[in-house]
Amino acid sequence: MTDVTVGSNLGSNLLVDDAPALKVRGYWATVANRLRYDYVTLFFAAVIVLIVLAAMCAPLLAPFDPLKTSMVYRLKPVGFRNFLLGTDELGRDMLSRLIYGGRMSLLMGLVPVVTATILGGMLGVIAGFLGGRTNMLIMRTVDIFYAFPSVLLAVAISGTMGGGMANGLIALTLVFIPPLCRIAETATTQVRNLDFVEAARASGAPTWSIVVHHVLGNVLAPVFIYASSLISVAILLAAGLSFLGLGVEPPTPDWGLMLSTLRQAIYVQPYVCALPGVAIFITSLSFNLVSDGLRQAMDVRI
Amino acid sequence: MEAAPKRPKLDTVPPGDPRDRGGKIQPMLIVSGLKKHFPIRGGLLNRKVGSVRAVDDVSFVVLKGETLGIVGESGCGKSTLARLLMHLIPRDAGELIFDGDGVAEERGISLRELRRNMQMVFQDSYSSLNPRLPVEDSIAYGPKVHGKSRKEAKEIARDLLAKVGLRPELFGSRYPHELSGGQKQRVNVARALALSPRMLILDEAVSALDKSVEAQVLNLLRYLKRHFNLTYVFISHDLNVVQYISDRVLVMYLGEVVEIGPVEEIYERPKHPYTRALLASRLSMDPDERVEDPPLTGDPPNPINPPSGCRFRTRCPFAEDVCAASAPALGDWVDRTTHLAACHMENAASGHSLAGRPEGAGAQMRLAATA
Repeated sequence: MTDVTVGSNLGSNLLVDDAPALKVRGYWATVANRLRYDYVTLFFAAVIVLIVLAAMCAPLLAPFDPLKTSMVYRLKPVGFRNFLLGTDELGRDMLSRLIYGGRMSLLMGLVPVVTATILGGMLGVIAGFLGGRTNMLIMRTVDIFYAFPSVLLAVAISGTMGGGMANGLIALTLVFIPPLCRIAETATTQVRNLDFVEAARASGAPTWSIVVHHVLGNVLAPVFIYASSLISVAILLAAGLSFLGLGVEPPTPDWGLMLSTLRQAIYVQPYVCALPGVAIFITSLSFNLVSDGLRQAMDVRI
Repeated sequence: MEAAPKRPKLDTVPPGDPRDRGGKIQPMLIVSGLKKHFPIRGGLLNRKVGSVRAVDDVSFVVLKGETLGIVGESGCGKSTLARLLMHLIPRDAGELIFDGDGVAEERGISLRELRRNMQMVFQDSYSSLNPRLPVEDSIAYGPKVHGKSRKEAKEIARDLLAKVGLRPELFGSRYPHELSGGQKQRVNVARALALSPRMLILDEAVSALDKSVEAQVLNLLRYLKRHFNLTYVFISHDLNVVQYISDRVLVMYLGEVVEIGPVEEIYERPKHPYTRALLASRLSMDPDERVEDPPLTGDPPNPINPPSGCRFRTRCPFAEDVCAASAPALGDWVDRTTHLAACHMENAASGHSLAGRPEGAGAQMRLAATA
């Protein structure tokens, strides 16, 4: 430290007066600290963890085989003998099917959002950083997708490609790319014109290095938050697709499909029929509230 | 900062530097005929309908070891000029010669090499640091890009933090939002120095700071200049600051150079009516010397469609027909003592009624006319 003042008569001016050694916290540490006192977010994060764990450990948790039918025990009410949550129209155990169905719903909720975040985010950053004609080309194409309501678009795409899980995943991914691309593009455009990007260019850094070190870090937070809010939408859309017979094929347990097949029995066993809906509701609500909490903790406006 | 302390004039050849490529006397930077016109697009087909002449045929020389101050009103093209010098925006015409070598041309120096040798300090200390990087990493980024290892780069960053007066162990791992404006500007200076450049462009580097911090940073800049044997191009709208730090001053108006000369000459014997008006607009500390009439009225004309002839004639009290007819030339620059002004009154053969008076007497008359 002493070498600062050597050879300078301005020494007394040079050192900034000693600031108290305050504890320095990084951005993510600040976010984590804010989340620590956000009990609502913590509670619903715990709910999500439970749902994920249940789905992962389905074979251990499920009391019955989710595919085993029984003509005798059709449409039994909640709490009937060993069937804790009753049985469906083919006599399969509802609890087992709900646990197994969570796998499919989480898969349909997470995979398209993650894929679309990577693809849409990349497109958006490219469009935002390069600007000009590239931006116009990418963003106008994205706008075309925007012209359709997302449900209609998902139905149209998986309708054209046929049913099945894989096609459902592709359809949902395509639906989510445009909004994520738009968010990434907006964030990138804002960052691109700031002086620190200019300073990085002035230091002779190649474009990819500027994007990786200076742009992505500032674009990540808004994209991440928006993506997390899309998970619940994806789960709902996936359920909708299955309900229409465009998603998962029948014997597979899936909340949307279960809702669809049980709807004829709504007057016979209303509570049992409502269960898949409740599962969808709780899952998507949890994801929404956690996403909201993250947004506040990360202090991002979208 | 009212009266700048007397400093030894830089009228000797500056001490040589092992990094010199073109010799001691070869200017650090020669700018000739630099032009940047921003197109204005409009209409149905997004066609070019006009252009903003942000920088129009600007030529000057930056000598080794000096501080060249650039002053002018907002919007006169100062910042565009800075970005052109740094090659952050492409120029439309003109030539830049850095230490005897053309930039990005055959047998010249590469853009990358230029950027290692010439760095810039930005005005806005808020947006000039990445909010997601600890300041240490912001400083270390440049050296890393130029092939230094992570550890070496960090060492350079910590060393420079100490040099700009911030304890590295206390400030290094902080984020920009945890620093004050003055501290951020110190970090900005440190980042610019990280590649050990020969020349710094300071674009309104102290304008956003309050007066006491501004003075601290100015002193820091003067210390660093001696310590690292730097050359400064100091851009500011603050005439007092420019007087304090500069060896020579260049006055810009509407994208053109109107006057250039040694700092004492410009401040004591300004030649161009615009420079005189600028100097007269400074506030005095003496309440008896208050400025009653604005020395300049109105806004600068639109740079999209600048006035014919002399661009200052629309606001100049001495404007005559000749000023509208032809644009005054700046003349030939010889050495660091040359004082030039692009005004018809300076040229005896221009046909202006006040032109060609003996030096001094004419200036006195003109001063009397402004009073």
